Amino acid sequence: MIRVQQEDFDIGAEIAKLKAGRSDIGAIVAFVGTVRDQAGAVEEMTLEHYPSMTEAELQRIEAEASSRWPLQACLIVHRYGTLKPSDNIVLVLTASEHREAAFRAAEFLIDYLKTRAPFWKRESGRQGSHWVEADARDEIAGSRWNKRAAE
Amino acid sequence: MSMRLLYFAWVKEKTGVAAEEVDIPAHVTTVAELMTWLKTRGPEFDHAFARSEVIRAAIDQAHVRHDAAIGAAREIAFFPPVTGG
Repeated sequence: MIRVQQEDFDIGAEIAKLKAGRSDIGAIVAFVGTVRDQAGAVEEMTLEHYPSMTEAELQRIEAEASSRWPLQACLIVHRYGTLKPSDNIVLVLTASEHREAAFRAAEFLIDYLKTRAPFWKRESGRQGSHWVEADARDEIAGSRWNKRAAE
Repeated sequence: MSMRLLYFAWVKEKTGVAAEEVDIPAHVTTVAELMTWLKTRGPEFDHAFARSEVIRAAIDQAHVRHDAAIGAAREIAFFPPVTGG
C-alpha cells in the first residue's frame, strides 16, 4: 500500500492497521525519516512532488520489493508540503514471517525511494532558501541493490 | 506533434512555467534533442537547460534516459535529481 499526503501519520496506528485481523506476521520493521534542523540552519522544509508519477513510482518500488522478498504486508507513506524540524517525512513498514525479509525490504524501499520517487526538498532558514542537492551517497545506496540483483 | 511538458523544482523556477502544451517539430525525436530545442525558446529556457546533463526526464510518469525516443509520449517531465525520503 502506498499513500502520499500532506498530513502527519501515526506510526502506532499504522502498525495496528497493518496487523489487524492477521496472525501470520512474525516481524514488522518500521523506518521513519524526519526533518533535521542541521544545527539551526533549517527552519522549514518544503517538499514538492509530481503527483501522478509519485503514485506510479512508489507502486513500482513496492512491487519490486514484494517480488524480491516474501512480504506479508508493506506500507509507504510519504508527505509533501511544508514541514518543520522534527516533523515526519516518510514511513516505510514491512511485515514478514521472519525478520530478515522485513529488514532487507525496508532498507531496499527507502534506498530505492530516495533515488527514484519524484520528490524535491527545498530548505529555508536564516540564510535564505535553496533546493537540496541530491546526495551521491544515496545514489550509491540505491545502486547496490541493482548489483545484488545482477549477481 | 503536440505534447504536454512539465517542469519541477529549480527547472520550473528557471523556466517560469509549471506545465504547457507544446508543438514539437518533427525533427526532434529524443529527450536530449528536445532539451536542445527547448533551449532555443528564450533566455529562461536557455538558462534552465544550460546544464542539461544533470536534468532528469520522465515520459508518461516513468524515468527515462536522455537517449529515449519521445515518439508516442503524451507527457514529458523535466526535473533535477530527486531528493525525497
